[in-house]
Amino acid sequence: MKIGIVCPYSWDVPGGVQFHIRDLAEHLVRLGHEVSVLAPADDETPLPPYVVSAGRAVPVSYNGSVARLSFGFLSAARVRRWLHDGTFDVVHIHEPTSPSLGLLTCWAAQGPIVATFHTSNPRSRAMLAAYPILQPALEKISARIAVSEYARRTLVEHLGGDAVVIPNGVDVDFFARAEPKKEWQGETLGFIGRIDEPRKGLPVLMRALPRILTERPGARLLVAGRGDEEEAVASLPREMRSRVEFLGMVSDEDKARLLRSVDVYVAPNTGGESFGIILVEALSAGAPVLASDLDAFAQVLDQGAAGELFANEDADALASAAIRLLGDEERRAGLSARGSAHVRRFDWATVGADILAVYETVTDGAAAVDTDERVTLRSRLGL
Amino acid sequence: MTETLIWTVVALILIGVYLSWTAGRLDRLHSRIDAARAALDAQLLRRASVTQELATSGVLDPAASIVLYEAAHAARQAEEDHREVAESELSQALRAVFGEPEQMEVVRAAPGGEEAAGELAQAVRRVPMARRFHNDSVRAARALRRHRKVRWFRLAGHAPFPLAFEMDDEPPVALADRPV
Repeated sequence: MKIGIVCPYSWDVPGGVQFHIRDLAEHLVRLGHEVSVLAPADDETPLPPYVVSAGRAVPVSYNGSVARLSFGFLSAARVRRWLHDGTFDVVHIHEPTSPSLGLLTCWAAQGPIVATFHTSNPRSRAMLAAYPILQPALEKISARIAVSEYARRTLVEHLGGDAVVIPNGVDVDFFARAEPKKEWQGETLGFIGRIDEPRKGLPVLMRALPRILTERPGARLLVAGRGDEEEAVASLPREMRSRVEFLGMVSDEDKARLLRSVDVYVAPNTGGESFGIILVEALSAGAPVLASDLDAFAQVLDQGAAGELFANEDADALASAAIRLLGDEERRAGLSARGSAHVRRFDWATVGADILAVYETVTDGAAAVDTDERVTLRSRLGL
Repeated sequence: MTETLIWTVVALILIGVYLSWTAGRLDRLHSRIDAARAALDAQLLRRASVTQELATSGVLDPAASIVLYEAAHAARQAEEDHREVAESELSQALRAVFGEPEQMEVVRAAPGGEEAAGELAQAVRRVPMARRFHNDSVRAARALRRHRKVRWFRLAGHAPFPLAFEMDDEPPVALADRPV
């Protein structure tokens, strides 16, 4: 099958959507499909052979954070050329509501279009105003995919219609086979994520930490991620600061090894998560998971069966649960075993098959994707 | 006088372009519904045929075979206005027979059973998928057709008002790899 995938965010910047597209493309290529990914990218960035650059992305403030997006006349022309040269059987757009390549593709293409909605934003005034502008383009999408039941609910609420739920994929074996590292073992808590992004929840963990460290004198916290380390530990008593270790940005291999090594992986995120890929990675590595009870997290953790949940933003509840887990090896082993079995449904083998099933459903008997030639008034009137 | 006339003509042309564009949108939506409906029909037929094959294969006990055969036969023969009910009954029959994982083990153990089980699992998971895509396109078309401009100018022509396909398509637990 000839598959075109559209990435709305700049390929140079690491992000969940970009990683998902990279893994999906590589999975499909391994299965023998022809894949082309259209993504914004700087000219000098080295790109994998399957990525086509749509030019530089412009940083704009959108949806509460600065995103690097592609839009305008030149981008639209590039999208048209890519569609025309590609003669794809199906085009898969990611995040079609963000004002970037995805929306442009929707606008310029006709034929089988599949779209994945990653984020689930609460209804905003801007979204309501944008609705009539988006609607004619979004109408062309033949199949919608939401990454979680939660994302599907928000999608239905905002745009109407329906979507199938296919979770994000993870290479489970990559994490399951990683080698644990000696110096990261022994009563360790793990946290991975941006340090200076409050939504990732490190401040909540820092509030809970004094109690955990007092009750478990051997415990340590390992933090992997970008951000100001001094500022992060500023709220801790001075003598405890040495028991928080910052690893900075880690490679994929080190991330897997870290998840394999820690005794408990903590995900104290306070909101804005529609899926929680990091939890799936932690489960794949067999790490016992302790996470806030966000809708999306509860779903990934099978409502608490595959990992422990605590009340969101409640540092006391987090501390109690962490202390209990660190002291109960049997419970940890049980969580790890249940998590490893549960996580198989997120493996690329399953997720990839589901996505291909969607492609096949919409391409059955349909013509290939092409650029949408505007029908003029003249031709419609038969002149 | 001439100026008013020019402006009126310009306004009329603009309205015409807008209506023509809307008609194009509607046209596209209708063909999307047709494609989605064809895909749904294909998946439903596939499901009924696999079920019938399994029912006549002799792998299952006679009671289960009869239940499945009857339901699959009814689903394939159903008239258009009875189709949703018949397909729902097939879903219920499949759930009743393949409710326990052990039953699937029996099918898989039979010669060629692995393939039949795989095909059935694929069919019962693709029916809900195709149905959601179909109903999603119906919803989009209905939203546009209810708009004043479409009703007043009869932009939809004689195309029938699109109807969603409502049925019970819950797959049997033993065949659904994950909760949808």
